[in-house]
Amino acid sequence: MLLDGKCPSGPLSEKWDRHRRELKLVSPANKRKYTIIVVGTGLAGASAAATLGELGYNVEAFCYQDSPRRGHSIAAQGGINAAKNYPNDGDSIFRLFHDTIKGGDFRAREANVYRLAMLSNNIIDQCVAQGVPFARDYAGYLDNRSFGGAQVSRTFYARGQTGQQLLLGAYAALMRQVKTGTVRLHPRSEMLDVVVIDGEAKGITVRDMVNGHVGSYAGDAVCLCTGGYANVFYLSTNAMGSNVTAAYRAYKKGAFFANPCYTQIHPTCIPVSGGHQSKLTLMSESLRNDGRVWVPKRKGDKRASHEISNEERDYFLERKYPGFGNLAPRDIASRSAKEACDEGRGIGTSGFGVYLDFEDAIKRLGENVIRERYGNLFEMYERITGEDAYRQPMRIYPAPHYTMGGLWVDYNLESNVRGLFVLGEANFSDHGANRLGASALMQGLADGYFVIPYTIAGYLARTQPGSAAAVHPEFKKSKEDINSLTKKLLSINGKKTVSDFHRELGRIMWDNVGMARSEEGLKRALELIPELRAEFWQNVRVPGGGDDVNQELEKAGRVADFLEVGELMARDALHRRESCGGHFRVEHQMPDGEARRDDENFCYVAAWEFRGGNKEPEMHKEPLVFENVELAVRSYK
Amino acid sequence: MNLTLYIWRQKGPDKKGGLQQFKAENISPEMSFLEMLDVVNEQLIKIGQEPIAFDHDCREGICGMCSQVINGVPHGPQERTTVCQLHMRHFKHGDSIYIEPWRARAFPVIKDLIVDRSALDRIIQAGGYISVHTGGVPDANAVLISKKSADTAMDASECIGCGACVAACPNGSAMLFTAAKITHLAMLPQGKIEAARRVCVMTEAMMREGFGNCTNHYECQAACPKDIRVSFIARLNREFIKAQLKDTG
Repeated sequence: MLLDGKCPSGPLSEKWDRHRRELKLVSPANKRKYTIIVVGTGLAGASAAATLGELGYNVEAFCYQDSPRRGHSIAAQGGINAAKNYPNDGDSIFRLFHDTIKGGDFRAREANVYRLAMLSNNIIDQCVAQGVPFARDYAGYLDNRSFGGAQVSRTFYARGQTGQQLLLGAYAALMRQVKTGTVRLHPRSEMLDVVVIDGEAKGITVRDMVNGHVGSYAGDAVCLCTGGYANVFYLSTNAMGSNVTAAYRAYKKGAFFANPCYTQIHPTCIPVSGGHQSKLTLMSESLRNDGRVWVPKRKGDKRASHEISNEERDYFLERKYPGFGNLAPRDIASRSAKEACDEGRGIGTSGFGVYLDFEDAIKRLGENVIRERYGNLFEMYERITGEDAYRQPMRIYPAPHYTMGGLWVDYNLESNVRGLFVLGEANFSDHGANRLGASALMQGLADGYFVIPYTIAGYLARTQPGSAAAVHPEFKKSKEDINSLTKKLLSINGKKTVSDFHRELGRIMWDNVGMARSEEGLKRALELIPELRAEFWQNVRVPGGGDDVNQELEKAGRVADFLEVGELMARDALHRRESCGGHFRVEHQMPDGEARRDDENFCYVAAWEFRGGNKEPEMHKEPLVFENVELAVRSYK
Repeated sequence: MNLTLYIWRQKGPDKKGGLQQFKAENISPEMSFLEMLDVVNEQLIKIGQEPIAFDHDCREGICGMCSQVINGVPHGPQERTTVCQLHMRHFKHGDSIYIEPWRARAFPVIKDLIVDRSALDRIIQAGGYISVHTGGVPDANAVLISKKSADTAMDASECIGCGACVAACPNGSAMLFTAAKITHLAMLPQGKIEAARRVCVMTEAMMREGFGNCTNHYECQAACPKDIRVSFIARLNREFIKAQLKDTG
């Protein structure tokens, strides 16, 4: 089946305006008759729930954390892109659009990305109006910095805590609606199923994480804003609780999962220190504005960094990509670091690390300037490693960070299941095969503040409000399914902990479905993951009961889904016999080691349909059509 | 290193709790404090016991979820550091460590080290925002804000809402938390319009939730992982007095 992204026709720059004109509206008096379920309260979820509440809809907002202020968007450090062109350095909506399409290695929809670039400016205006304290210059104007994959300064930032400040803005707007009574909050609640009635999403099944009660919530539409699945790698920069469960259970109810193999491995993270490690910590990409990435030229050179002279150092990003230097896009910077380490030139005791060195920047600008720009990041680095990055270079290594893949959505952010909308990282739509830095915050907020309020009306205007009540047999069935799943997990009583399985899955994924993928490795993963999954259902131990706080039970449900989505990722990666963005197949590379894309055969979105536990999923294609950019080799040289 | 842990166990909000002793063995100095607890929990599961429940999520010091009193100090011995960012290199072989939940009337214990902090959300709900709808706002550079004001707003807005200030305060006061939000918004021209009303409704909400009053112990500042300053409490008081004058005048 060929999928239709339902992109409006006409000139690129007029598509969104025209579409908005044509979308149906719901009258103010009728809005309160509709109930919208929003799952997740990161940037996409909080901004969507707040805005839909402001418009007068009834909103039920869910999050697994104890407060909606804690979605993992909060950890985004560096910034948010917008095409304001305040620095007068040649930026424009078209340039932001073009950079994002190229950054995504020509695997995203033109119309979506252009809309994103257009809305980027509204986001900055909105956030300033909410009181987000962006960095400013001495005249009181907003300041910008540079990020990877761009030759203009278009990134707005709030120290090293931009995600936090943007999320607190959206959270504040959400809290205002809670006070008004349009939004009801459900913290410490985990969505475990979506209820689909006659092909339309009509509600969700949720476990109260405090008392274990499994309940039904009916609505006229469901918005999943539940983030990405990088925790499939066990070690990632995601929060411990970040999971694929909401998205994956929607996939099992018929929503297509698009491009699951597109994962972003972020180049600047603190290297792994030992087997006990529970997560990896990102060091913001903004550090690459002033830090220089290097390894020793000589293999196995284990001397301390200060003993290695400038001539003996290989500033490999500057050498290979002089046009962008240390600000090469993430996928390229990560792969280069991996190659250097694979050649035996990695630093640190494990040999899996490269230096990010601020010595030159400190000499040029003074330590105070560097402290002002990145002080909190240097401090965080010192807390974790015990090392002072003002005196010796940081050690960094790539780590799983973001997933470009996600549930398939059309231009309206609606999945193929009618009434099921997917926003932010949980969908697949805007970043293609690689996301540029400072674009995730932009997308989450564009989806929530400025896209969904329009497109959801187009759907609701065609449906009767309150058409499904939580007494429908489908709700009951969903609840029973979830209760029996809980019972099963608690009854296995095996020998290994949930984390044991998660760690093993992570190793399989990192080794075979990580930064460099081969046919052999992917086939191996497709054997190993089902074996591990089978063992999980025989041998996992989940202590405690189902009727109070049980964090092991929560983890078990999530890991069960990771054990399935990992296989789907490997399958998707195996089928895509080309290299593009974060997906690098070793069989498909240029003589100089750069990615070899295959536009003739793979210029499409691969959307997978679940067909039952014992059957292979079926792939559907959405062809990607480029009318405004030329499909070019993605060069940053 | 090997450690002896005394950890608060409590089955539920209405159950009686108490300290229970655990051994943590072969702990490496590179581990974070929560990774050390992970190790203890994995062992508990393997011998068929229920693991210790504790809140945590981002493990990079920004989400504000983790909340433990370590040896009597919220977030433990390292200044300006959340529990999740505290590393075992700050402890030594043979140490005894006492781990307890946040203790305050407004934060009832849910289980073990997990407490209910929704009272903080309700303080924000009362008025911790600028009442702007999505859309229809001016260009971001239309209103200039001095760097100094923006920086102070940011200093205050860095609060992660963890509640350590409440746990540290002998009165269980949420004054630092509330003052940080009042200051953040009062420093910005966009927030000034509602400043008087905001300080009144947020202070009222704070008292309604059962938080105590501020009697200048400054324990909150010492415990704050984000270095939020007590000078913001002075600003809250100033804003409050200003608001009263406005009301009567």
